[in-house]
Amino acid sequence: MRNHAPTPTPAAKAMAAAGAAVVGLTVAACSSPAAATPGVDDETVKVGTHQPLTGPAAAGFSSISAATSAYFEYVNAQGGIHGRTIEYVVKDDGYNPANTQTVVRELVQEDDVFALLNGLGTPTHSSVLDYLDQNGVPDLFVASGSTTWNQPEEYPNTFGFNVDYVVEGAALAQHAADQKPGAVVCVLGQDDDFGETFLQGVELALGADGVATYQTYSTSNEDVTAQIGAMKEAGCEINLLATINGFTAMALGTAAQMDWFPQWYASSSGGDYPTLVGFLGEDVGPKLLEGFVSANYLPNSPGGDWYELFQQINDEYNDGAPFDGNTVYGMSVGYLFAEALAKAGEDPTRESLVEAVGSGELVGNGILPLTFGADDHAAYDGVGIAVVKGGVQDFVDATYRVDGETVSAVEPEPVPLENDGIPAP
Amino acid sequence: MNRPVTGTRARSVRAIVVRAALLTLLALAATFALDPFRNYQLAVIAATFCATAGLTLLVGLTGQLSLGHAVLMAAGGYGYVLVAGPAGDAGLPGPARFALGLAGALAASGAVGVLLGLAGARLRGPYLAGLTLALVIALPAAATQIPGLGKDQGLSVPFEAVPGPLTGVMVVEQWHAWIAIVVAAVAVTPLVVLRSGRAGLRMRAVHGDEVAARLAGVSPARVKVGAFVASSLSAGLGGAVLAVVTQNVSPGRYSLAFSLLLVVAVVVGGLGSVGGAAAGAALVVLLPWVVETVASGLPADVAQRLSGNLAVAVFGALLVAVTVAWPGGLAAATAGPRARLAGRLPRARPRPADPSSGPSSDPSHDLRPEPRPITER
Repeated sequence: MRNHAPTPTPAAKAMAAAGAAVVGLTVAACSSPAAATPGVDDETVKVGTHQPLTGPAAAGFSSISAATSAYFEYVNAQGGIHGRTIEYVVKDDGYNPANTQTVVRELVQEDDVFALLNGLGTPTHSSVLDYLDQNGVPDLFVASGSTTWNQPEEYPNTFGFNVDYVVEGAALAQHAADQKPGAVVCVLGQDDDFGETFLQGVELALGADGVATYQTYSTSNEDVTAQIGAMKEAGCEINLLATINGFTAMALGTAAQMDWFPQWYASSSGGDYPTLVGFLGEDVGPKLLEGFVSANYLPNSPGGDWYELFQQINDEYNDGAPFDGNTVYGMSVGYLFAEALAKAGEDPTRESLVEAVGSGELVGNGILPLTFGADDHAAYDGVGIAVVKGGVQDFVDATYRVDGETVSAVEPEPVPLENDGIPAP
Repeated sequence: MNRPVTGTRARSVRAIVVRAALLTLLALAATFALDPFRNYQLAVIAATFCATAGLTLLVGLTGQLSLGHAVLMAAGGYGYVLVAGPAGDAGLPGPARFALGLAGALAASGAVGVLLGLAGARLRGPYLAGLTLALVIALPAAATQIPGLGKDQGLSVPFEAVPGPLTGVMVVEQWHAWIAIVVAAVAVTPLVVLRSGRAGLRMRAVHGDEVAARLAGVSPARVKVGAFVASSLSAGLGGAVLAVVTQNVSPGRYSLAFSLLLVVAVVVGGLGSVGGAAAGAALVVLLPWVVETVASGLPADVAQRLSGNLAVAVFGALLVAVTVAWPGGLAAATAGPRARLAGRLPRARPRPADPSSGPSSDPSHDLRPEPRPITER
């Protein structure tokens, strides 16, 4: 034990150092609470986001933030909003909640962003919801249709962007029932809020016993053979999918390998035709996807005014990247943010930005009116049904709205394009 | 042992505790000099340090290689939230909830640690490593299949706000850094005490030669299980801290890559060295961030290609470089000429009486820094 006899020197040294440090450092309290509007100066407004640029969701969604950035560049080239340009800081979280927590803290504390915009994913964004709320950071247009974002009492600064999954599930199920009454309907869902909320919507339209089987997958396990096998076994005719793009493709591909070709209905989060073709390959993709049904609420209609404007912006500011539903989505997010910023006044503060969104005066660019208001933090309450026909995905004559517990067919009310897509102050 | 030695032992323990208290104070003071994000990083480092300190003890002293320490941290995190969550819902105030949560973390990680330790006492070298590796790989599936663990999304953890009297002085990140530093001190100090005493000698003896240790009246199984449990409890506290700091426990944080990085951290830091474990923990947290920051300066398409991969490559390169340059890790490299000399002396001497010089199939044997000769028993 002699070896372990203590030497007084290190302790004494540490004592002296600790004393000096306590005296010296308590004066320079860099971590004390501060005021002022972060992220806004005379020339720029800085906003940040967390996106899956790598990981399981990257292939389906990494192009969204690039599209949003391209739209902001377009706005900046036209003079910005209230004379300020918009700077968009994109951080990769790999669709892993643990990374999201780190990068969002970095955005808020290091980069001093004005607001968080379009943070992507239900599991990822849920993990920073409380943090953003406690720090009073406006949390706008979350890229997920979970109903979690629509809790104005609890999270006054959080607003969703996607139509919520209840609405999507209900609308798709209603459409399935209208098209093919009495068909065996099954659901494949992600094993988190996405799948569960979507299932609620489906049951809203079809009744509690309207779903023959509900299968789930986990994003960390890239295989759905067991689930698809169970669905085939259950004799499903129409499969409703609460899946992200990669898993939609995997479900279709796995079923095709089993020589099984049921009708597929996908949520807007996993129903983008060009993206799915990218996954499935140019040769078999179009064949498998013919007749593929999905929901959407954005002007994702080839030939429309918004669609053409976004194509132009994509060519000019996004190096002509492949144009798909994600591009329309990303630019629509950018447009809505620009509109909110314009409404937030000459000198926006975090409070005035949240107030502008909650005022109910934003119109966005959807095929149905925005539903934001003081006690509603969901963006849309209805969707249009799009079908792939001859390799083109476009809306068919079916639009549904969900009001409380009822699903009803309505006429679309698309927002017209004005002022070249630059929101007027 | 006789009485005078016991007196020395008490003094030695007291010295360790005093030193730990001073270092803790120093770290607490240092948080005032850091901005909130740095404080957040410091808190994560402190939490990781709990795990690496336990791991370095386990690998360095008893030679049991655990590749699955992330699972023990996860057990601590889930243990914390499964107790603190309901306690919070029941309206318990912050400190009581926190204390109960830590107890839950200790119980959960301790239970997993005992099971692993029992296996570890029967398995050797690569088999134990394989078992722990399998646990890490099974973690996401377990979190998905076991009800109540919140699947991939994980569980959200009650928020620990800055207590009333301190609200004007510090922001929440600094408060969390304080919590993390204090818990790390509570977790690691017993390990250091353990290492410096009889238990430490027994661990070295068992690592050196199990037969010789058994002849000397030391039960290798008991020592190995004990070391595993001690190491697990510390890792569990780290997991609990991480849960508090990030307000979330999810399997994604405790990935295979993270678990392997913990091993890299203790090897780079120096097996058996607690200071090295601290340096390793800092490395695990800061290096990916530094690499990403540097990579973000590159052209967008290159940066996107490298994102998430570059850090792992840098870790690999670092591990190779450090092992080649200083087999004893950073601890040996920075210990100064005197300490290095002292560390090498026993190796240079012929050691007929030293059980650790016997034939050993354990490749990590030669990596151990300053394996103290056990000449006194």
